[in-house]
Amino acid sequence: MYKVVIPGDFVSDDVNRAGEGTYVEDGKVYAVTYGVVDDKNEIRVVAFSGKYIPVMGDVVIGKIIEISFPYWIVDIASPYEARLHMSEVAMRAEKRVEFGNMSAYLDFDDLVAVKVINVDAMMRIDLALQEDLDIGSEGRLIEISYTKVPRIIGRKGSMIRMLKEKCKCFIFVAKNGRIWIKGKAEDMKLASEVILMITTEAHTSGLTDRVAEFLDSSRQRVKKR
Amino acid sequence: MKKGEEIEFIKDGKRVDGRTFDELRNIKIEVGVLERADGSCYLELGDNKVIAAVYGPREMHPRHAQDAKMAVIKFRYNMAPFSVDDRKRPGPDRRSVEISKVSREAFEPVIMREYYPKAAIEVYVEILQSDAGTRTAGINAASVALADAGIPMKDLVSSIAVGKVGGEVVLDLNAVEDNYGEADMPIAMIARKNMITALQMDGRLTKDEFGRGLKLAMNACHQIYELQRTALIERYNKRESVKFEEREA
Repeated sequence: MYKVVIPGDFVSDDVNRAGEGTYVEDGKVYAVTYGVVDDKNEIRVVAFSGKYIPVMGDVVIGKIIEISFPYWIVDIASPYEARLHMSEVAMRAEKRVEFGNMSAYLDFDDLVAVKVINVDAMMRIDLALQEDLDIGSEGRLIEISYTKVPRIIGRKGSMIRMLKEKCKCFIFVAKNGRIWIKGKAEDMKLASEVILMITTEAHTSGLTDRVAEFLDSSRQRVKKR
Repeated sequence: MKKGEEIEFIKDGKRVDGRTFDELRNIKIEVGVLERADGSCYLELGDNKVIAAVYGPREMHPRHAQDAKMAVIKFRYNMAPFSVDDRKRPGPDRRSVEISKVSREAFEPVIMREYYPKAAIEVYVEILQSDAGTRTAGINAASVALADAGIPMKDLVSSIAVGKVGGEVVLDLNAVEDNYGEADMPIAMIARKNMITALQMDGRLTKDEFGRGLKLAMNACHQIYELQRTALIERYNKRESVKFEEREA
């Protein structure tokens, strides 16, 4: 059972271990968001909700929302827009990428898997294409709160491994809470259902086992039919 | 009831609605009532009914109003046309602009604005039904909605009004007491630290009455803080008990 805290709740006296989601005042650690306490290595408060703030090195799924030479402006489900430079695509382009033909490579509403390569103090965000992951037109995209991403992945990837195995889908979970699923229609439906279930029960314990049980039982039901 | 007409505000130590001097009206708080908002809260304070919605942090528009160092808080207090006896002309007016400003400033000390440079945090408070003390109800609801939206804050803000009717300092005025009473003083504070973040006064109070009023409000804010806290904590405990077997059915 996790301990639920609200902003301003006293969490600990151990100032040296104060981590994400906390603040220190008068030698005490307090919660800064509404969430659950994680007291393993450092003391963190894992928020229930909130907006994704990009961090260098994160791999996220973005959507092209604007073309402004020499950048593509990308929505990454964050309060800040990010930009993808023309040169990122130039390497694998057949022709020279120029002012007029940028949309031939990436157009409005296209989805891209990108890596955050730089975030500055003004929250200008630079992206690089994630070469090994090409999001085509197949599959489905679901969007959850980025705060639930660690739950979807599970400890050392246990949850996501099980999901991939039992749903027989390709699943890519991006740091900004966007999830890309590719597989048979029926499998994709099951996968998105389960992911939704994880997000609503993210704060409970023994979740991996319950999810496994749920997946097995729903598979059996399908077989019976 | 005509203006100037004598009303018996205090009778046998009780007020017009039967409350004692230091008694709050009933408070009901519900968290996460709106699907589309990032955070929301429905709150009843006696006959006041308010709903608060929080969006963001998200991109600040217009761009020139962005703050390069911290997030901008936008707060809109709005009364529904049907919230009062005579239909209220919709749209912002002098009063609602003022209330929006003081409410916004009540939250500025608690919200960690420097976490989100250039962004905006938007708070919308809609008054569905009004019965005096809507700004305090709005602040209480907004506080819970902000927490629900996952906005980083140092603490919750709680708020209540005190006033003077029939020569007595009383807590949480209702409509009659507010309209025909002698003074009204809404206060917003960080209950845990007894730190006042907003205070207004309409009417006259002596120094002694002001002190007594403040004490009443502080006690009441502690009670309200507990209610806000319980509403937030209960929401997740309730969810925990829903097993997936039940959910399937």
